[in-house]
Amino acid sequence: MEIRDALFRQLLRLADDCLVLGHRVSEWCGHAPILEEDMAMPNMALDLIGQARSLYAYAGEVEGKGRGEDDLAYLRSDREYGNLLLVERPNGDFAQTMLRQLYFAAFMEPYWREAQASADETLAGIAGKAVKEMAYHIRHAGEWVIRMGDGTEESAQRMADAVEALAPYTDELFETDTVTQTLVAAGLAPDPASLRAEWDRTIDMVFSEARLTSPEVRYPQTGGRAGLHGEDLGHLLSDLQYMQRTYPGLNW
Amino acid sequence: MTGDTPPAVTPLWEVFIRPRNGLSHRHCGSVHAADEVLALQAARDVYTRRGEGVSIWVVPSNQIVASDPDHKDENFEPTASKIYRHPTFYEIPEEVGNM
Repeated sequence: MEIRDALFRQLLRLADDCLVLGHRVSEWCGHAPILEEDMAMPNMALDLIGQARSLYAYAGEVEGKGRGEDDLAYLRSDREYGNLLLVERPNGDFAQTMLRQLYFAAFMEPYWREAQASADETLAGIAGKAVKEMAYHIRHAGEWVIRMGDGTEESAQRMADAVEALAPYTDELFETDTVTQTLVAAGLAPDPASLRAEWDRTIDMVFSEARLTSPEVRYPQTGGRAGLHGEDLGHLLSDLQYMQRTYPGLNW
Repeated sequence: MTGDTPPAVTPLWEVFIRPRNGLSHRHCGSVHAADEVLALQAARDVYTRRGEGVSIWVVPSNQIVASDPDHKDENFEPTASKIYRHPTFYEIPEEVGNM
């Protein structure tokens, strides 16, 4: 695979992860269980949407066909989206939302940390900013997972249910293919598979305090990177893309 | 938890932010949180969204000892007549500059 093509596709995947999860978290705005979280969750959503914007803008540049961030975000169909299945999972309850955030951030924090050494200066720059944001997401979501897992009978049950529901989507984080391999060989981006040990450590640390156990995943859910998504992503995109689809080219 | 309100016993914390090094922490508001770690996080998320600070303190609101509003007159009124406590009666030499 040509390096430029691999870079374009990986940038799109990362941008799609950030945009889809950012959109999901933003759905809590005005509905959080407490006012303090009603600020905290949009903060996290905006971190992710900010990362998505930088990544889309750069992806458009790398592609060199004149597509900008809005074209890439608003004018691709669900089959063209390369995000992880994990990030498109519906919010569920607060336990599921916080666990999904922890699973994702515990992967992206080391990813961005290593990407700071990328031979691609723009990607390294995006990584330098994003790594700090992800470190906070781990802390914020992790503290909630601990308190809910080791909380009341109900919160512990909801946390355990969340683990059961989301654990099957975590293997996909570490998938490799010709895109990631090409970028690793060129020194442009980290190997997702190499981040598994650190991710496991982060999750184990939180789970041991939260009195949670990671289940053995017998049937990992995968396919997002190839554009094979669940029904939920279509609904998310119809909401996210409504304005540009209805009023093409609309500007603020 | 969606839709439920948290129990009324969630403690209240006063938030103090230091805007820059060299300045002191200033009170800027309060947050509800179950414990000190979440209180710090909540304070960060609610009060530092526009680069307001480099350091945060949170203090349990019930740990603050406040003066009694009923003692306002005896506490503060007597100072009104002691304008000589304000250093406005001195000539400051120019070399000193602003004080």
